[in-house]
Amino acid sequence: MQPTDTSHPDYFHRVVDCQWACPAHTDVPEYIRLIAQGRFTEAYMVNRRSNVFPGILGRVCDRPCEPACRRGRVERKPVAICRLKRYAADHRDEVRALLPKVPRVKNGHRIACIGAGCASLTLANDLMPLGYEVTIFEQHGAPGGLMRTNIPAFRLPQSVLDEEIGMILDMGVDLRLDTPIRSLRALLEDGGFDAIFIGSGAPRGKDLLLPGREEAAANVHIGITWLESVAFGHVDRIGERVLIIGVGNTAMDCCRTSLRLGARDVKVMARKPRQFFKASEWELEDAEEERVQIVVNRSPKAFVVRDGRLAGMTFDVMEYDIDASGRITGERVTGEEFFPADDVILAIGQENAFPWIERDIGIEFDARDVPKVDPVTFQSTREGVFFGGDAAFGPKNIIWAVEHGHQAAISIDRYCRGESLTDRPRPRVTLQSRKMGIHEWAYANEYSPVERRLVPHVSLKERFRKIDIEVELGFTAEQAAEETQRCLNCDVQTVFDAKLCIECDACVDICPVDCLTITENGPEDELRMRLKAPALNRSQPLFVSAPLRQTGRVMVKDENLCVHCGLCAERCPTAAWDMQKSHVHWPHAGDVPEPAPRRGERVSEGRVKGDERTVEAGV
Amino acid sequence: MTFIPKPRIDHPNLPRNALGLTRRDYEGALSTLCAGCGHDSITAAIVEACWDLALRPETVVKLSGIGCSSKTTAYFVSRGHGFNAVHGRMPSIATGANAANRHLHYIGVSGDGDTLSIGLGQFCHAIRRNLNMLYIIENNGVYGLTKGQFSASADVGSKAKKGETNLQPPIDPVLLALTLGASFVARSFSGDKRQLVPLIQAGLRHKGFALIDVLSPCVTFNDHEGSTKSYAYTREHYEVAVHADFIPAEREIAVEYSAGEALPVTMHDGSRIVLRKLAEDYDPTDRIAAMAAIQEHMRAGEYLTGLLYFEPSNREFHDICGTTDVPLNSVPYEQLSPGKAGLEKLLARYR
Ligand SMILES: Cc1cc2nc3c(=O)[nH]c(=O)nc-3n(C[C@H](O)[C@H](O)[C@H](O)COP(=O)(O)OP(=O)(O)OC[C@H]3O[C@@H](n4cnc5c(N)ncnc54)[C@H](O)[C@@H]3O)c2cc1C
Ligand SMILES: Cc1ncc(C[n+]2csc(CCOP(=O)(O)OP(=O)(O)O)c2C)c(N)n1
Ligand code: SF4
Ligand code: SF4
Ligand code: SF4
Ligand SMILES: [Mg+2]
Repeated sequence: MQPTDTSHPDYFHRVVDCQWACPAHTDVPEYIRLIAQGRFTEAYMVNRRSNVFPGILGRVCDRPCEPACRRGRVERKPVAICRLKRYAADHRDEVRALLPKVPRVKNGHRIACIGAGCASLTLANDLMPLGYEVTIFEQHGAPGGLMRTNIPAFRLPQSVLDEEIGMILDMGVDLRLDTPIRSLRALLEDGGFDAIFIGSGAPRGKDLLLPGREEAAANVHIGITWLESVAFGHVDRIGERVLIIGVGNTAMDCCRTSLRLGARDVKVMARKPRQFFKASEWELEDAEEERVQIVVNRSPKAFVVRDGRLAGMTFDVMEYDIDASGRITGERVTGEEFFPADDVILAIGQENAFPWIERDIGIEFDARDVPKVDPVTFQSTREGVFFGGDAAFGPKNIIWAVEHGHQAAISIDRYCRGESLTDRPRPRVTLQSRKMGIHEWAYANEYSPVERRLVPHVSLKERFRKIDIEVELGFTAEQAAEETQRCLNCDVQTVFDAKLCIECDACVDICPVDCLTITENGPEDELRMRLKAPALNRSQPLFVSAPLRQTGRVMVKDENLCVHCGLCAERCPTAAWDMQKSHVHWPHAGDVPEPAPRRGERVSEGRVKGDERTVEAGV
Repeated sequence: MTFIPKPRIDHPNLPRNALGLTRRDYEGALSTLCAGCGHDSITAAIVEACWDLALRPETVVKLSGIGCSSKTTAYFVSRGHGFNAVHGRMPSIATGANAANRHLHYIGVSGDGDTLSIGLGQFCHAIRRNLNMLYIIENNGVYGLTKGQFSASADVGSKAKKGETNLQPPIDPVLLALTLGASFVARSFSGDKRQLVPLIQAGLRHKGFALIDVLSPCVTFNDHEGSTKSYAYTREHYEVAVHADFIPAEREIAVEYSAGEALPVTMHDGSRIVLRKLAEDYDPTDRIAAMAAIQEHMRAGEYLTGLLYFEPSNREFHDICGTTDVPLNSVPYEQLSPGKAGLEKLLARYR
């Protein structure tokens, strides 16, 4: 193998599995250390810089970081990253004074955002401090998008939502509520804006056109529309027996909301077996804790109407052939079953819909009627019109919408200054040694064997009293303190200098997880099997050093299970290994493309990756 | 030394041996040696060898004298037995223990100072008696523990860290053991586990005295320019004469050896050593020729390594003395003590 190019910023960034998996590249280990030190306000601000809504995301983030977390490979369960984020948000001090300052004198550029969801709000958060005047048009009477209209208050309290959205609006955003945009052409022609950002989401819930659908209409609801009506108080009850069709995250919110509106018997109907469910494991657990029944292998067939009213639904009973790799290779219907119901909620997906964008104004759509958007710049085929969030590439989640907002902000800033959109500021990684003295390192490197802490919940009796009682209570101080110690400090990197190594094997012998090997170089496949412990997790790269001076062999590190304990550096007589804290500077609007490094920092740089980046979770 | 203990992490893929134990189960206390000391690598090789042989930890007896090297018995197989003798006296303790119970695995760890200076006499007699043990010399050319004085293995012309030159000729434990009739004589290097681990395994399985002289650089007092026992010097002047692969009785010989190139030798317990000659004309079964070849390389300033001499299935200490097969602690008291009358009868033989 070629010696690993550690000067590429992706190299050390990838080692920090959580930060690499986070669409917004939140500096997770840094904020977990701050929480461990009781510095909750600073921890909150580290979060806010990249994810903008730490209090919200600390409750409802999709958490792509957790399946990626190294702790999940070393032990079984990942660090409770998301719950710690909430802990910092709940225990911080007032942060207003720490927020980015907005200049009184504006830069003369006016930006319009369509929709007041998290994508638009992030864009405003990034552009207001640079002197832009941002106007947000929102069709509803309150800002927040799906975070307000669809995510139920028992998961995300309104007070948290209001406070974090308020931090952005108070920068002086011109928010126009109850103002649906009905024609983009009109806005382009008469609005007087320098750039337009479309953050209107994916607002159309999919329907299920089966026999009886029309006759049963009064008791068949589209999930996201129904949740919205509940959020705005237009709907406050539901029948006793409810069937939810679909088993994604929307279905989980629908079933739990139904229980709070008077339903007694709620069944979630799934077409396939459990391993194919779209909902996150924790959302399924929370629903099942509330005694929602999940029925598998039932494919909807017809709505049954009796006496002009919905009586229930019939389903095909399915059977599947599943091969060794877990794929479905065949399916058949083995019977039919009737389930009685007073109401049915459809939660089978969302789509984009842009009836208000004229098709002759230079914005191209593809065959599925989705706008063509550049995955790096977020610009549409019409200059000056940008998309982000669910509106750009279909429904995703909050943290992706936030990152889209950040990237679109970079583009709009460059666009307004007349700079190239593709020549963007690049991510940089800086490194600083953590060695303090003999046997002393500036980070807590003991390995804590503590298992993942569980967040306490409000009792099953208590939580249904009102619709907006938050179910999760958040960690206690003791739990938070213990959980922080489970973090492996992946950002404190093992940095190797081949020139210094005398091949004494001290590091190889001491490594508690057998990650290091000094051996003859070879092709990757063969080398992986020849290491002290075979490197079977291909999603984790090998580090291969330059040839060592005495024998020409190479130092190989399998990054997979390294717990960043620093023992290799501690045992090395020549300091060929050092523990250095990496800091990933993920670019935001207004960042200088090539800032000078600070003293003692080593810099590595590379290209922006954009949306094509894939992250494989560990095995 | 390190103050941070090596954390115990039971990650799911740790390999297990026939007893269901992982390598971690064969480790010992935290090493207090200098970071980078060759002795720590030898400890790691012993851990690997014992784990791979699936020795029951409680059947391992660790014996040593005084020195950095002799401290290392604390750093492996913490579930075994151990005795840290006074300087140079490990062989007599080993002899006593072995006489009392022949069914345990005896591993002696000593230094060049401990063995070749103060303990030279004891060392020679343990070889003569063909005590059934593995004797490892962690050879660094200095007294590490007392801050780097030349030891009896220092080469003529070798420079101390402070600059003085050694003028006295060295004692070579390998040549010495060959003259004393040793049946398993090897030399290796702490930086070459691929060679060292099978040698340790073969030595543990060998019936009789097995010597491995392991070049083990003292990173603090003898790893400088001008030293003949530094990492760099050893690597430059290191020649493998015979590589020995160890294959336990229950395992198949997996690698194909072409005839003439490799010589498989079956040991008393059915395990095999496959000897591969790497230096032409070297014969590890001819004691006299081996001695000559080793001396020739020495004159050229080279370390010849590998299993330098091997002769299987000879009579060990217990066979020669005709002593009991039963460990003394299991012999019934009546049998162990002849009683007054029996003692009288015995003494009468010498009157
Ligand atoms: C039931 C449900 C639960 C979810 N739970 C989670 C979760 O727990 N965690 C998570 O990360 N994600 C969750 N999501 C997904 C997440 O809510 C979205 O991905 C995210 O809100 C997208 O943000 P956005 O800014 O792109 O759009 P949205 O949040 O959809 O905001 C778009 C805004 O634009 C407005 N708008 C639309 N058209 C116009 C127009 N023509 N004129 C003016 N205004 C307009 C809308 O009213 C809305 O306010 C959930 C989604 C649903 C449906
Ligand atoms: C009877 C006695 N004499 C002298 C000493 C001092 N002493 C301690 S260790 C040592 C030499 C150790 O050298 P070596 O066996 O090569 O071990 P190393 O430290 O080099 O591994 C000496 C002379 C002693 N402890 N006891
Ligand atoms: S920091 Fe070094 S010793 Fe610790 S697990 Fe990683 S490679 Fe091994
Ligand atoms: S401890 Fe240091 S000098 Fe020794 S092998 Fe490891 S990196 Fe090389
Ligand atoms: S003094 Fe030398 S022999 Fe002793 S521990 Fe240090 S490096 Fe090893
Ligand atoms: Mg010595």
